[in-house]
Amino acid sequence: MYTTELSKTTNVASTEDPDKLAAFEARVAADEFIEPKDWMPEAYRRTLTRQISQHAHSEIVGMLPEGNWITRAPSLRRKAILLAKVQDEAGHGLYLYSAAETLGTSREQMIEALHSGKAKYSTIFNYPTLTWADIGAIGWLVDGAAIMNQVPLQRTSYGPYARAMVRVCKEESFHQRQGYEIMMAMCAGTADQKRMAQDALNRWWWPSLMMFGPPDADSPNTAQSMRWRIKRETNDELRQKFVDITVPQAAALGLSIPDPALRWNEAKGGHDYGDVDWEEFYAVVRGEGPVAKERIKARRDAWEEGAWVRDAAAAYAAKRNRKAEAA
Amino acid sequence: MAQDWPLWEVFVRSRGGLSHRHVGSVHAPDPEIALRHARDTYTRRMEGISLWVVPSAQIVASDPADDAAMFDPAADKVYRHPTFYSIPDDVTHI
Repeated sequence: MYTTELSKTTNVASTEDPDKLAAFEARVAADEFIEPKDWMPEAYRRTLTRQISQHAHSEIVGMLPEGNWITRAPSLRRKAILLAKVQDEAGHGLYLYSAAETLGTSREQMIEALHSGKAKYSTIFNYPTLTWADIGAIGWLVDGAAIMNQVPLQRTSYGPYARAMVRVCKEESFHQRQGYEIMMAMCAGTADQKRMAQDALNRWWWPSLMMFGPPDADSPNTAQSMRWRIKRETNDELRQKFVDITVPQAAALGLSIPDPALRWNEAKGGHDYGDVDWEEFYAVVRGEGPVAKERIKARRDAWEEGAWVRDAAAAYAAKRNRKAEAA
Repeated sequence: MAQDWPLWEVFVRSRGGLSHRHVGSVHAPDPEIALRHARDTYTRRMEGISLWVVPSAQIVASDPADDAAMFDPAADKVYRHPTFYSIPDDVTHI
């Protein structure tokens, strides 16, 4: 999903107080929510901080591929919609940064980690948006996959994260629908427009499946994360669900999914699908995505070019405080 | 890099007659910018008609470690609820 590093090793330190650990595990197992000031094992705090901050970074970097098309949206209606969607992504990033901060990492540290390349974000945003149809495909597939991931996280064990997810999910459903509507319009348009829609699906299909993360067999900490209710369904379970709901949506558009191995499997009650190119996924995680450098440069430039605004606001606040103290 | 701006807790009144409810937080250097950020972050879809922002540092919270001492004494005082008292069915309006 938005957390490509979930599979990193988390060592549940044996230094934790066993009584506290047992009480914590029992609370989580009973589906209670953990709140910021509650005792929690260090590994839980660390894993969550990584997961939530990666999720936040993904929302923020996720504005870039779409921002690319705001000035070239084909109508005022589409432009207003795209602006609202990109603004939502900024908002989602902010909800999530706030949630991560409650675990003891500052906003500044997280932004620094993103800009230095230390922190990861979803691999999906390191692919370029070449045509307007990509904006449709992103809303439909990328936001669709994100929703699939995020819905179960509304019941995640960490209260601030769960509450942020409730807000995000409520707002995200328009993102997917507006994307699908763009695809509908293009598929009902000229032959060229339909070709563009098919081309966008061809390019975004496999990266969207990669958003759910590596196969369960290569995701050794899934069991731990599921026990802690940081994750509520496995990568492969979510990927299967996504394939099953998306296939008929593609059919309704008259588009074909670029996977010759895709077919309905009556026995399992789901689709079989071809092998995901995990080498490509790991390469993108390592920072070798087609536009990875461009994305981080855009983030750094925005941060640096906005520095004078932040400085001015801080100077103004300092002056006001001085005056208030003097009065 | 400069230090983070102070944190503010955001409360929204969704409509007249309801109390303000905590929705999240924002960083801002001063109260006006805190309000503007709160508006952009938490009320993009007609979520409310009034906003409060409060410096997070000003909030005094109970300690979860003291939960039992704080809240358990209420548990054995069920006589504070009307259902504790049984009244015959034929006695009405009570």
